[in-house]
Amino acid sequence: MQWEKVMGLEVHLQLATQSKIFSSSATTFGAAANSQTNPLDVALPGTLPVLNHSAVTQAIVFGLGIGADIGRVSRFDRKNYFYPDLPKGYQISQFFQPIVKEGIFDVPMEDGSLFPVRILRAHLEEDAGKSVHDAIPGHTGIDLNRAGTPLLEVVTEPDFRTATQVVAYLKALHALVTYLGISDGNMSEGSMRCDVNLSLRPKGESEYGTRTELKNINSFRFIERAIQIEADRQQDLLDSGDTVTQETRLFDPDKDETRAMRSKEVANDYRYFPDPDLLPIVIDDDTIDQIRASLPELPTAKRARYISDLGLGDYDANLLTQDRATAEFFEATCTICNNPKAAANWIVGELSAALNRVGNTINDCAIRPDGLAALITRIDDGTLSSKMAKTVFDALWAGESDVDRIILDKGLKQVSDAGALEAIVDELIAANSAQVDQYRAADASKQKKLIGFFVGQAMKASKGQANPQLLNQLLKEKLSAS
Amino acid sequence: MAKAVNTLAALSQQLRTGSVSSRELTEDSLLRIARLNPALNAVITSCEDRALAAAAQADKALASGDVSPLLGIPMLHKDIFCTRDVRTTCASKMLAEFIPPYSATVVNRLETAGMISLGKCNMDEFAMGSSNETSFFGAARNPWDTARVPGGSSGGSAAAVAAGFATLATGTDTGGSIRQPAALCGITGLKPSYGRVSRYGMIAFASSMDQAGPMARTAEDCALVLSAMAGSDALDSTCSDQPVPNYAETLEQSISGLRIGVPKEFFSHHLDAAVADAIDRAIKELEQAGATIVDVSLPSTDLGVSTYYVIAPAEASANLSRYDGVRYGYRCENPADLEDLYTRSRSEGFGPEVKRRILVGTFTLSAASYDQYFMKAQQVRRVIANEYDTVLDNVDVIAGPSAPNTAFVLNDQSKSITDMYMEDVFTIGANLAGLPAISVPAGLVNGLPVGMQLIGRRFDEARLLNVAHQYQKRTDWHTLSPDLGGLV
Repeated sequence: MQWEKVMGLEVHLQLATQSKIFSSSATTFGAAANSQTNPLDVALPGTLPVLNHSAVTQAIVFGLGIGADIGRVSRFDRKNYFYPDLPKGYQISQFFQPIVKEGIFDVPMEDGSLFPVRILRAHLEEDAGKSVHDAIPGHTGIDLNRAGTPLLEVVTEPDFRTATQVVAYLKALHALVTYLGISDGNMSEGSMRCDVNLSLRPKGESEYGTRTELKNINSFRFIERAIQIEADRQQDLLDSGDTVTQETRLFDPDKDETRAMRSKEVANDYRYFPDPDLLPIVIDDDTIDQIRASLPELPTAKRARYISDLGLGDYDANLLTQDRATAEFFEATCTICNNPKAAANWIVGELSAALNRVGNTINDCAIRPDGLAALITRIDDGTLSSKMAKTVFDALWAGESDVDRIILDKGLKQVSDAGALEAIVDELIAANSAQVDQYRAADASKQKKLIGFFVGQAMKASKGQANPQLLNQLLKEKLSAS
Repeated sequence: MAKAVNTLAALSQQLRTGSVSSRELTEDSLLRIARLNPALNAVITSCEDRALAAAAQADKALASGDVSPLLGIPMLHKDIFCTRDVRTTCASKMLAEFIPPYSATVVNRLETAGMISLGKCNMDEFAMGSSNETSFFGAARNPWDTARVPGGSSGGSAAAVAAGFATLATGTDTGGSIRQPAALCGITGLKPSYGRVSRYGMIAFASSMDQAGPMARTAEDCALVLSAMAGSDALDSTCSDQPVPNYAETLEQSISGLRIGVPKEFFSHHLDAAVADAIDRAIKELEQAGATIVDVSLPSTDLGVSTYYVIAPAEASANLSRYDGVRYGYRCENPADLEDLYTRSRSEGFGPEVKRRILVGTFTLSAASYDQYFMKAQQVRRVIANEYDTVLDNVDVIAGPSAPNTAFVLNDQSKSITDMYMEDVFTIGANLAGLPAISVPAGLVNGLPVGMQLIGRRFDEARLLNVAHQYQKRTDWHTLSPDLGGLV
């Protein structure tokens, strides 16, 4: 039987606030265990949560970013369960009235089309701490630094049918939140965590099958694999007449398998109820208008503008808008050199390749937009051949910053002086009469091959600095002259 | 029976005229506690050294001309308020060794005002009870008859003030926990409007109703203290930023022409006949002072108790989840695993009434009963609050009994759990509606105090205190003290 995958996503985004959602403790990643805690984070008796309003603003920014309805009155609820890393014995979340309601998020696909994903809701909640199993021999430690970190949980409708769509959505979401500056989207540090709800149904069927929830897949790399493995597992069960059990499963990249965490049937009754310690969040039109006015240009709009105004292709436009830093790098480069296509080629090509080789992001890149723009300018004015440009690029990458200095130091100046080149060409023609005769006797298609000999000789004579276009043009003129 | 020793206002005068020092007052109080507490068990922890050090500071400030009205006056805190570096138990085995690293806002404010904290008062465990019998440290006794309860949950505070340990103790009131013990011990106790006083550092029972207030001999004393306790707090989002008036300034206003509503439902079969007579006389006194007495109706009064006993345990079940034996508080010996750690720490650390309420709350919040219980109770709560608001649109103050009976005997096996819950039938409404209410001494029945309750409009504590003060100017019930000679 032909099976179709049906998937919905729950993504937890860590918001980029300075302090926790209900306490004044810092949210810096990687601090010494329990150094970022105060009496509230430890849930000492009598402590009370006080809402950090910048978390609310960031949630609204997100909602406006995906064109969603903002809940004019939202509130916090307590989600009750016991776990050692959950100090209060309940998590403060938004269950009944989330701050971000329905919206549609258009995800750009590689073929240039847009894939609309229905966002069901996005709500604010606090993160839990974490259990540390290797710090104290024979015991489990608890680190509450992360407890109370603000999260925005973004829940989609079951709109995904392929892993490619899922990955495209996550990349677009990552781009969006980094653009908006509301999360660093760093998956390896847990700033973006993804749960996939997956079920199979016979192709053409409209009813959903029984789903499993794949928890905490923390890298783009693993998502496609995890989905593949879980879909295969479900398909094997269904093909052999078994049923899928609704449960939470964990992807183990080392063993390349998914395994059950806990069955939904025995899952907690979370006993949600409104948290009496916090007032409802009431948001008026003015607040929304102010926040809307402060939004930066979003990736989808940028992408469209790159294609229509700057003449870029879909592929380049997609890559350049995938994160805000890259787009800003690109735009800064264009502003200086005024050659968007060249800037796009360099960033998507050489620069990305170099960054990938060392595993850096564009933020940690030695080459800055002014350097790249200077390089492009020197290509455009004929100073550098593309081969020389690569040499300059390598020097920039190695940490040098002044393009003209590099050209001077490396003696890379291209000979574009027609008089100097003419002398070289005349000398060549005089010294190679046999080849000249052969060229003149040949037809046009053969001439194209034969001219390579003269180009090579001329380049040699100019120590590689002859401007290739100018040289070609001169050779053609002189060879066909008599 | 003897005339009351002193009021806070009188001590304040004496301190400022220099006829007594804070050190003398503090030493007197500590001595009295040492002498009487073994019989009354009103205080769980006393802090002699801290108190004497603070008194020395206060005397210095007084000598330098500081005239703050509360400066140098000894007082006690209910052991539900966190006190930095001083054990805070909530009368539970769970927190029997707990020493908080910070103080409640109420504690900080009264300390800043110069008050001397003598120690921590006994109470029902986690404020769950109306008799003080659920305390892990044993029941506090009623100074009027030590075979009887002082009421609860702020029973230790009420007993301590009645026995003259101090002129003031703080209390908290979730369903009547200030007013009922104040009534049973013959003192004055004010539960402010919800949001009037910060809850920060006050160990939570039912967060949507918990409210701290003063317990003292007189309405005037309550007014002086409330002015210092109340006001917005950045650490409690539910604390109101309504300005705090100087409550002492309006005490002397005439109550002539004021409309006082008497709800017929407060004089139901729940109310002891002799208590009813005492309350009738008290209301006549208000009428003689010029107030207009109006018959009013709060038809949902009887639903209050069941509504409360759905909402309060629900909130408590979550509030008490943090006591899990992991980070602080009681932890069972040698837990086999995590489940065992949770189960035994909580089973051994909590008393039966606390466990009962956690179970009830967990049940009413469960998916299967949420709509039927928790949601329904929230709806009834709204109905009750609306009834109060409607009545208070028409009258300035509501008057009635604070409690259905006078103090009952300890360990009364004939009193069922639901009988005990009915102790709060007249007080619960103000908590559900978030209104301020005060209990003032209004007579004796068989030698035991009776309290009259006055309920006011939201944030209109000034009016309540004014009426209570005018009543106390015309009566002397609040000046009576139990004879404690036999206890020493």
